[in-house]
Amino acid sequence: MSAPLSADLAQIGKSVVIKGELSGSEDLYVDGHVEGSIALKNNSLTVGPNGSVKATVEAKGIVVQGKLEGNVMASDRVDLRKSAVVTGDISTQRISIEEGAYLKGKVDIQGKADKAAGK
Amino acid sequence: MASVTQNFMKLFRGSAGGAEAATPQVAQKLTRRSSGLAELSRVWEADTPLCVLDLGSTSASNIRFFTERSHKIYSEDLLVASTEPHLVTKDEQGTAILDSRRFLADNLVYPAAQFDVVLCWNLPDYLDESLVRPVMGRLWSVLKPGGMLLAFFHTKDAGPDSPCYRFHIVGKDTLEMQRIVLKRESRRGPTGAIHTAITDGFRLQRVFNNRHIETLFRDFASIKFFLARDNVREVLVVR
Repeated sequence: MSAPLSADLAQIGKSVVIKGELSGSEDLYVDGHVEGSIALKNNSLTVGPNGSVKATVEAKGIVVQGKLEGNVMASDRVDLRKSAVVTGDISTQRISIEEGAYLKGKVDIQGKADKAAGK
Repeated sequence: MASVTQNFMKLFRGSAGGAEAATPQVAQKLTRRSSGLAELSRVWEADTPLCVLDLGSTSASNIRFFTERSHKIYSEDLLVASTEPHLVTKDEQGTAILDSRRFLADNLVYPAAQFDVVLCWNLPDYLDESLVRPVMGRLWSVLKPGGMLLAFFHTKDAGPDSPCYRFHIVGKDTLEMQRIVLKRESRRGPTGAIHTAITDGFRLQRVFNNRHIETLFRDFASIKFFLARDNVREVLVVR
């Protein structure tokens, strides 16, 4: 499966390995390996089917098709596709989980009021 | 108890000894009424936010069910976790077993008395023998005093090919059961041998009788049995 093409989409290909802090103001598609932290406050992160992310993640929307290890905070929604393997706690307003996805961790659904109150 | 359950295991294990791979696929859903769930629902219909641990396959329905009621839910699929190849070790007799210490170092790692409810589903019937008692001990410690655990046990009428299900809560006393179908891949099983897929799911490891179940939960304050028509006993225990 290839990443959707978009002018505002940054891509990390499947042979790329990144260790450190990643932040940005455009959507990100990761099909390689990222270790550290990812902060995309107003944008989305997609972990592709070959992607492996070992990081704390903060983004508006998060779609997981590959592996993600670390705590996840999405201000809008999290989608775990059927091939997703997620280990870590998820905090989000909305979540969808396809049959077959694997999750080990807590799911905390935050309402907009909770977010505003910083809970 | 161990020798009796080991005998059951010998009958049931066959060559598979566990799952071939850890990627469940989609299967048809069946509906089932659950008296244990109905009893538990009185707890989660209360206003107090609860902390719930679901030990079955990841279920979007269960996550939605609890989060809609403002409860916190933790999901941890222990059957899949027990198929990790690095858990295989040998006992003093050289028999291949699963390393329970290592398993508990990687799984069920929570502060003591964290959970109000643990949904065990049919885990004890399908979990490897070497993990059953250590896992139940850890579950006792992560439950709050007064916390409740729901588990399902097959009766002796169930055969070794009784399918393993994932359970989705769809009402206060209703479950949808979905057979767990695993990808047909080769994998090193607990005995160390490479298995290609012989079965298409987890295999029933043993059948507990009522006395064995009482012994398994002897550290808990109370135990309640619910008999069902489908060769399954539901057990609700209180720490």
